[in-house]
Formats: sequence, structure tokens, C-alpha cells
Amino acid sequence: MPEIKNFTLNFGPAHPAAHGVLRLILEMDGEVIQRADPHIGLLHRGTEKLAESKPYNQSIGYMDRLDYVSMMCNEHGYVLALEKMLGIEAPIRAQYIRTMFDEITRILNHLLWIGAHGLDVGAMTMFLYAFREREDLMDVYEAVSGARLHATYYRPGGVYRDLPDTMPLHEKSKWYSDADIRRLNKNRGGSVLDFIEDFTQRFPHYVDEYETLLTDNRIWKQRLVDIGIVSPERALQLGLTGAMLRGSGIEWDLRKKQPYAMYDQLEFDIPVGTNGDSYDRYLVRMEEMRQSNKIIKQCVDWLRVNPGPVMHEDHKITQPKREAMKGDMEALIHHFKLATEGYCLPEGEAYAAIEHPKGEFGCYIVSDGANKPYRLKVRAPGFAHMSAMDELTKGHMLADVVTIIGTMDIVFGEVDR
Amino acid sequence: MSVNLDVLQAHLESALAGKIESSVIALGELTVEVASQNWLEVAAFLRDDSVTSFEQLIDVCGVDYLAYGESEWDNSGSGFSRGVKREFSFDGSDDPAEAVEFEGKRFAVVIHLLSIKHNHRIRIKSYCDDNEFPVMDSVEGIWNVANWFEREAFDLFGIMFNNHPDLRRILTDYGFVGHPFRKDFPLIGHVDMRYDEELKRVVYEPVSIEDRTLVPRVIRTDQRFSPAVEGND
Repeated sequence: MPEIKNFTLNFGPAHPAAHGVLRLILEMDGEVIQRADPHIGLLHRGTEKLAESKPYNQSIGYMDRLDYVSMMCNEHGYVLALEKMLGIEAPIRAQYIRTMFDEITRILNHLLWIGAHGLDVGAMTMFLYAFREREDLMDVYEAVSGARLHATYYRPGGVYRDLPDTMPLHEKSKWYSDADIRRLNKNRGGSVLDFIEDFTQRFPHYVDEYETLLTDNRIWKQRLVDIGIVSPERALQLGLTGAMLRGSGIEWDLRKKQPYAMYDQLEFDIPVGTNGDSYDRYLVRMEEMRQSNKIIKQCVDWLRVNPGPVMHEDHKITQPKREAMKGDMEALIHHFKLATEGYCLPEGEAYAAIEHPKGEFGCYIVSDGANKPYRLKVRAPGFAHMSAMDELTKGHMLADVVTIIGTMDIVFGEVDR
Repeated sequence: MSVNLDVLQAHLESALAGKIESSVIALGELTVEVASQNWLEVAAFLRDDSVTSFEQLIDVCGVDYLAYGESEWDNSGSGFSRGVKREFSFDGSDDPAEAVEFEGKRFAVVIHLLSIKHNHRIRIKSYCDDNEFPVMDSVEGIWNVANWFEREAFDLFGIMFNNHPDLRRILTDYGFVGHPFRKDFPLIGHVDMRYDEELKRVVYEPVSIEDRTLVPRVIRTDQRFSPAVEGND
């Protein structure tokens, strides 16, 4: 009888299905995975070390670059930890704006996930559809912060500025004809809130479209059903959070259980799976998009009728208004101090967590009373999910590895930090 | 959160009497400090006890306390000028060997736990006994997720974990030397990497840039946060 040996396969680090820079060393028996050893850290930038040498506010931008498809949620986790230590709270309007943008971000994230996951598993149309909607939401990002991806919009004490009254319009160029411009600007006539509301009316229909393409699709189900099953007990042991945990049937969502921002005022449901396989996690995330849409709608309604400040009044922490700086000595001093030295946090430590689109995203800050964090630890959900890779892929075929990477919704910015 | 932290604290203090060194509630979070020899026992208790039942480990994190409470802005002596960082010494001395001398325990391991059942959190913290060769027991057997988190703490801080099944570097490059998150590891690192056209391979060279600090670390007593005036406002 011939001797049969396992062989080792190198997957990545530049494989399109690796969602970034994942290098997997797969020990295989024929086409069946015996052991998966993910090598991560190819995108390690030392964010936490960098933050230790910068005043607190200068690190907000780094948070965007952690999970670079759910930017504002990362900021929210960091800013919440700062606010907890400073003992301040953002004004209520800022809280609603944050809630709304967290949900916009959740949709952005899930759209990228469904696009990339679909592409990996063989449903290329999804990618094109998802990016069509992402475009609208990134325009909203751009309208409020000036940046389409790395917004740096949340600040300790509120958000950088109030929602603008006008939505930027497309202009004629050699790429867009007059007819294109008319079509593109059709729903951009009003304020940013009008545009978001228009989106929330269109979006449920889009999700229906995705579901038509995928939910009962025979190939989609063949690739996802019963792939990467996690029992609830194992899910807890493996530190899975977010949709990965809810897919296994545990109803756990920080927005409900440990509410932050305005989530306790809003109405939404937590979708839960039953089998804990990739297909259930797909269904959970699809429903989450619908629920996010519902939350955004409620926030828009509130924001329309409740004007107010969006930044905390304590100018020892937040920048004074630019007009005030021109005429008021006090404001000028505050600006100078904040720009050159930042603010000091009281000595102590705090951990703040939010329900990030991928799971629990937390920031643990140790402060020794200085204007820079003594230690900042970012708890990224993707890191724990990635460590479950070995257990999830064991016994599956090589092609299922791609499905499992997709279902874990991995982004290397946060795994490697 | 549902369970009152005071109740939880009282329960831990009675059930784990003698095994925990201190327990503090600050900013709505319970922090329990444990001696390193009791680390595993306390961790197992926290998971299995019906009142605590912390089924999920959220985070394991290393901390290096070498430069804790040190300001870069020196008001009395030569001061901090032009943003050029000297060899690592926050205390004004130019001798780096002197600066590394450190009293007390330098490395700590901090764990954040979450109980899904009772909806509460806890932070447990333990200092490694030896500063030169920090060792801690691995909690991988209690919460499997600790595997990678402990590898990370080993990689970045050089904390060794007893009975860890697979203690390898995780985030840094293959063949990396040193533990980059230690406070005596400079932010700019020790080596530059570039592709050498003649040798046709990647080469490592001593770092060529200068370490600069644009905003110095300052520690100021802020009246708003000092407990003495808390009652006033």
C-alpha cells in the first residue's frame, strides 16, 4: 500500500479571497483541511504604540484606519473610552448623530461584506450592487466630514460639526454628461438629512434585491449551509462576538444589553440564528441591515425637529468656535493649549466597548495623568474571530476556507492593528 | 448592566478572601488585582462560579509600567527642547543604563471578562514577579480565545505564559528581534529595511531616522479631576 502523507499548502498573503494580507498555512489530507495556521501581522502598524506618543485627539484618525470599512464605529469606541475617563457626555444631538452614523457605518460594512463574500463564493453581481449603495453612503460621510473613508468625525465631547444644510452636488465633467448629472443629483436637492431619508426609503428594496439573488439561490446555499458550524458553547469559548455569536443562537447585542449613545431610546430587533453555520450568519447580517435602516430612519426623524449643540461646552477639552477665537482671548488660549499640548486625562483606567459591525470593539486606556495615553489597547473583534480559524476550518474542504474567511467578515486593519 | 457591582465585589471578597489583593470600583468598572500565583485559580473560579459566571474572555492585554507617571517636560532642569528625543531617560539623566533601573513590578497582564448570563464585566490584573523574565500562567485552558491574545502579549511585551500550547510571535515580522511595545523600545525601532539592488535581497540596517517628539508628555494636576474639589462643582 502506498504511503499517504499530508501536504502543506500556502494560501496568501496576496490571495484575493484572503481579504487583505492573510497568510494561511494549511495542512491538508487530500483536499481536506487538517490544520490551519493563520499568519497575521503583515499589516501591523503598531497603532497602539503610535497612540502612546500622541495627544489623545490625534489618535482618532488612527482609529479609522483600524477597521477601514467601519470607520466611525471605531472612532466611537475610542471616543467613548475618553469620555468615560473625562467624565463628560456628548450633547444629546451629538449622541443621535453618532447613533445614526454608527448605523450608516454598519450598513457600509455589511455591504462590503456581502459584496466580497459573494464574490469569493461565486456571486459576482453582489459586488456591483453593494458598491452602488456604498457610494451613496460614502457621499454622506463626505458631506459631514469631508472624507469618504477616514472621517475623524467623532470627538470626545461630541462630533466635529453639525449636519450640513446642503448635500454637495455632482458637477459636469468629461466623465458625466448632462443627463448623468441630472440623474445623480435628483435626490441631492435638500439637506443631508433629506438625502439620508431618501436612502432609507430606497434601501429595504435593495436588500430585497440582494435576497432575491442569494437567499434561495441553490449555489449560494450549497456553498454556505453547514459550513463552519459553531455551537453556542464553543462560540463563547472562542470569544466570538457580534454576528458570529448571534448566528450561533445567543442573543447578545451591546446596543440592547449595555446601551450606549441613544440606542435605549430606539426601536429595533436583534436577529438570531439557529444552526450557527455560515448561512445563518448571512441571514443575521442581512436582517441587521434592515434593522439599521430602521434605526437611521428614527434618528433622522428626531434630528429634524431637535436642533441643538453637537459639542460639549467645556473648552478645556473641545475646540472653541473659530469666530470666538478671533475675538476672545480665553478662546484663543484654549485653542493654543489644545493644539500644542492637548488635554490631560485623570489617572486611572477605563474600558469602553461598542457593538461594532463585526462584534465587540473595545478600547482599554491606561492613563497616568498625562496628555497622552500610557497604554491603549484596542480589542478588535476580528482578532478573536481569526483565532477561531483553525477550529472552524478543520475537516472542511479547501474551497470552504474561502467561505469561512468571508463569513467571519475579516478586515486586516483591525486584526493586525 | 443588571448586576450591582457592589454585590459582585462583596461576593468576590468573601469567596476569594486571601486570594485577591485589592478590588476597586472606578468609573463603573470593577478591577480586581491578583497575585500571580493565584492567577489561574481566580480565573477558573470566575468562569465556573454561578454568581460570577464569566463565560467569555474579551481581552488579554500586557502593560509595561516602566515609564509610568514620567513627564517629558522637565520644568526645572535642562528641559525638553527642539523635539529631539534623547536616549530613553525620562528622568533627565543621560545614562540610559540608569534609566532602565526600575523599582517595583514592571509588567502586568490585564484580562477583561464578560458574563453573557449576568450581563456584567470585570477586569482582573496581575503583575509579573520578575522584571527581567516576566512569566504568567496561561489561561488558555480556561478560555480558548486567550491563545492568540497571549501570543500577542508575548510578542509585544515579552511576557512568557506558562503552559501555553503554542507561544510564538504573532504580529511582528518573521525574525523580529525585541519586544516593540516595551517602553524602552524606541518608537522608530532599531532597524530599517530596504531592498538592495546589488545583493538582490532585502537588507536590514541600523535605523537612519532621528526620533522626534512633537508634543511632549506632560502631567499637570487638573483641578477638575482632583478629588478635593469634586464636591465644589
